[in-house]
Amino acid sequence: MRITVNRLRCIAAGQCVLKSPHVFDQDKQDGIVVLLTENPAPEFEASARLAARVCPSEAITVHDE
Amino acid sequence: MSQTVAELAYPMSRTKPFNPPDGYADLREHEPFARVRLWDGTYPYLLTKFDDIRAVLSNPQFSCEPNREGFPHVFEGRMVADKADRSFLRLDNPEHDRLRRMVTKEFTVRRIEQLTPRIEESVDRLITQYCQLPQGADFVEHFSAPLPTEIITFLLGIPYEDHAFFHEATRIQFGSKSTPAEVRKSLDDLFGYLDALITRKEREPQDDIVSRLVVEQLKPGHVDRLTLINIVRLLLSAGHQTTQNMTALGVLTLLQHPDQLALIKSNPEMIPGAVEELLRFSSVLHVGARRVAMEDIDVNGKLVKAGEGVICSIPAANRDPDLFPDPDKFDVERDAARHVAFGFGIHQCLGQVLARAELRIVYGSLFNRLPNLRLAVPFEKLRFRHDMFVYGVHELPLAW
Repeated sequence: MRITVNRLRCIAAGQCVLKSPHVFDQDKQDGIVVLLTENPAPEFEASARLAARVCPSEAITVHDE
Repeated sequence: MSQTVAELAYPMSRTKPFNPPDGYADLREHEPFARVRLWDGTYPYLLTKFDDIRAVLSNPQFSCEPNREGFPHVFEGRMVADKADRSFLRLDNPEHDRLRRMVTKEFTVRRIEQLTPRIEESVDRLITQYCQLPQGADFVEHFSAPLPTEIITFLLGIPYEDHAFFHEATRIQFGSKSTPAEVRKSLDDLFGYLDALITRKEREPQDDIVSRLVVEQLKPGHVDRLTLINIVRLLLSAGHQTTQNMTALGVLTLLQHPDQLALIKSNPEMIPGAVEELLRFSSVLHVGARRVAMEDIDVNGKLVKAGEGVICSIPAANRDPDLFPDPDKFDVERDAARHVAFGFGIHQCLGQVLARAELRIVYGSLFNRLPNLRLAVPFEKLRFRHDMFVYGVHELPLAW
């Protein structure tokens, strides 16, 4: 699994950090998403997927390869 | 066939306080793009399916600007307030993102985590004060209203002592029965109050959100004064009204479902999931979300024409059985994560991390501190906020 984020679309709702704090963080300056890892460890894949599904601005994409 | 169907007036009324209007389930099944009649004789669509609502709210071709022709206005007084609103809540992109990003750093997960001890302190103190009152004291007046108001005024740097003034302003500006003249007067008073507040912060900036907005955005000219007043007004009203109602309605919901309450009392790790289920089940934003199409748009196979208004019912989306099986059942063990109680798309609630923290802390401590908490009046005597933009309960007399 590979994750990409679109920082221009992000509205800093923070849901990804609440759902998957090992994969996502927020920039201190503006709250915009920061990707901690492009390739989450297997134990964090489910939460990363959930983060992508609940993201209100659809700024997170999961690539299954 | 549509001629034989009785005209549907919106907002529709509820028959059960915890459930959306009865007609929603039927509409979702048979007429997911129903025409409804508003007070002003316009006929926007009422959407009741989760997938359609998500599609509209995430499509930038649907505008949320109240001054556009075709935007649905649900109450006459609210129309006046919406048309005067210059905050990012009522702006499309790119201006929405530019303004919202002036405050997003204030509501990040990390910032709210740092605020947790301050919220806990308020919750502890308010519970202590509440249980010293006579049995039957109103939980709304003495707990669920003061708590979010204390927190948002602390964050913004607004004197808590002025709460009666802005609670009254919120009551007028979000009430279905308020006249345009009342709303105009209330907006003038509130804008005057916030203008004076900004002047004080210009002279003597402190460690609060309004001061930072003045120093970082107003002084360098990134935002004009009227827009800043509108942003502060939005943070203040959204910061107390929604959480206040969600807190009280959530307590009532748990008291009415003792098996569910027992579950979270003995399993505190279930509280975050229970908060999501309470948000889904309650959907206090029970009017709207509203949009207007800026061009002809295909929504999951249905053509919405340019200039047509759309009301995306949040309570209906959150009771869609396609997503939430047995949707009218309150079940703290269900997976409610995909609810849209905070909206969806670029306008999704800015303060949702704060709201979740407040709710989690309240539900985590209230029922342990007051294990015999119960309704002090029969359920049928409670007055629900059918008449307000944000749903909830007007008073909640409890005993403990």
